[in-house]
Amino acid sequence: MPIIHYVEANGGEYEVDVPVGNTVMQGAVDNMIDGILAECGGVCSCATCHCYVDEAWYDKVGEPEGAEKMMLEMVVAPEPTSRLSCQIKVTDELDGLVVRLPVSQY
Amino acid sequence: MTGRVIIVGASHAAAQLAPSLRQEGWTGDIWIIGDDSAVPYQRPPLSKDYLSGERGRESLQIRPPAVYEKHGIKLLKGRVVSIDRASRSVLLENGERYGYDKLALCTGARVRQLQVPGANLQGVHYLRTLDDVDGIRGQLQSATRVVIVGGGYIGLESAAALRRLGVSVTVLEVQPRLLARVTAPEVSAFYRRVHTEEGVVVLTDWAVAAIEGDGQVAGVVSTDGRRLPADLVIVGIGVIPNTELASGCGLKVDNGIWVDGYAATEDSRIFAAGDCANHPSRLLGRRLRLESVPNAMEQAKSAAASICGNRLCYDGYPWFWSDQYDLKLQIAGLHDGFDNLVLRGNPEQGRSFVAWYLRGNQLLAADCINRPKEFMVARQLLVSGIGIDPAHLADENFDLKGLIS
Repeated sequence: MPIIHYVEANGGEYEVDVPVGNTVMQGAVDNMIDGILAECGGVCSCATCHCYVDEAWYDKVGEPEGAEKMMLEMVVAPEPTSRLSCQIKVTDELDGLVVRLPVSQY
Repeated sequence: MTGRVIIVGASHAAAQLAPSLRQEGWTGDIWIIGDDSAVPYQRPPLSKDYLSGERGRESLQIRPPAVYEKHGIKLLKGRVVSIDRASRSVLLENGERYGYDKLALCTGARVRQLQVPGANLQGVHYLRTLDDVDGIRGQLQSATRVVIVGGGYIGLESAAALRRLGVSVTVLEVQPRLLARVTAPEVSAFYRRVHTEEGVVVLTDWAVAAIEGDGQVAGVVSTDGRRLPADLVIVGIGVIPNTELASGCGLKVDNGIWVDGYAATEDSRIFAAGDCANHPSRLLGRRLRLESVPNAMEQAKSAAASICGNRLCYDGYPWFWSDQYDLKLQIAGLHDGFDNLVLRGNPEQGRSFVAWYLRGNQLLAADCINRPKEFMVARQLLVSGIGIDPAHLADENFDLKGLIS
């Protein structure tokens, strides 16, 4: 099972198994990682699962599109590798992925 | 922090409250007792991609059961029938009695029943639980004419999901327009147009007098004698908060269980969160009872903090969403009391615009249809409370980002 690394803004780190096909958001929810709120449950409606993809992984994860891209323009503290984690599906290729979480989702 | 927290209702609020208790430092027992299901699941997809069959039952679980187990959270199936505050215990329908040190009522809401003759016929369904939707889906194969009673979000989302399956759908609304309680006439007209374009028959000013049929539903009759054939009826006419446990043990109830900004009732051991709770909003200057997932989650966090002796005031701006066809509707704020409606984009053409609700130059709410960026702006404008020139909101060439910074 792929391992995803979550790094919270306060430095807290989590290394968790996330099944292929689940999203990076669900991985955070299942492991009670606080920096992801996921209010809409993963339908790209709330932008409370914002994360920064580690630069080394960004090409593999890919760029945001459509609604996700538009919402990311307006999140608190966007960065070039910002993504909504509900839109990142975990694959074997993403084993080892590192995402950082923002200070606040609002 | 030891002892036992019992959470009544396996709801969105419960699914947030239990892990938040662990994060706040509760080391004792945490039990969630649910009657509809032991494992909390997501309700919003029920009227959307679960109804259309694009999502399976298991995928609706907010977290898999193993996650609760890992954190020492016990999930129990059962129905709590009363609370005894003196002995600090709850009584279940099966006769079991469990003691609590702290109690959280996350009982949610139940559907309002249609009070007309024939409402109990086979083929008349409500839509609130997984089992409700399984019941509808089980009958869809043989259904050729579906009538939906209620042109609110549940009714319209259901209509959209069923159209995706190619089912013939008629929506009946008692008011002169769809979504009458929650949107402006311009937005109602937009939804009517889109649903009509998608093949739904929308009938407004249509009050149901009776449902006809011999055992099985055969049709719907209006108060002015109109008749519509139907072999499946879905009723979506709102919900009623589940407050009976609270009122039964003497807690104050008035359109929801009365709590303060910290999700606390007048009994220092009892808390409430979610659709069932009525709380003060400092931001809006009045009491609110909201029916939404974000409300349940945020209020549950506040309740978890209070239970652990910490303080986390719940005072966010409400927001909601509704997905129908290719429409992503995101709503920020509550529009009550608006005196000016400003449109950005044209609701009469295409499928993308914003309806801004203002009082003077103060933004109260925004309905954003396929406008995720504007939705994000609206939420920030609401929180900032700054005055806005309505002309800027209407002008597509004005970059709203400028209003935030």
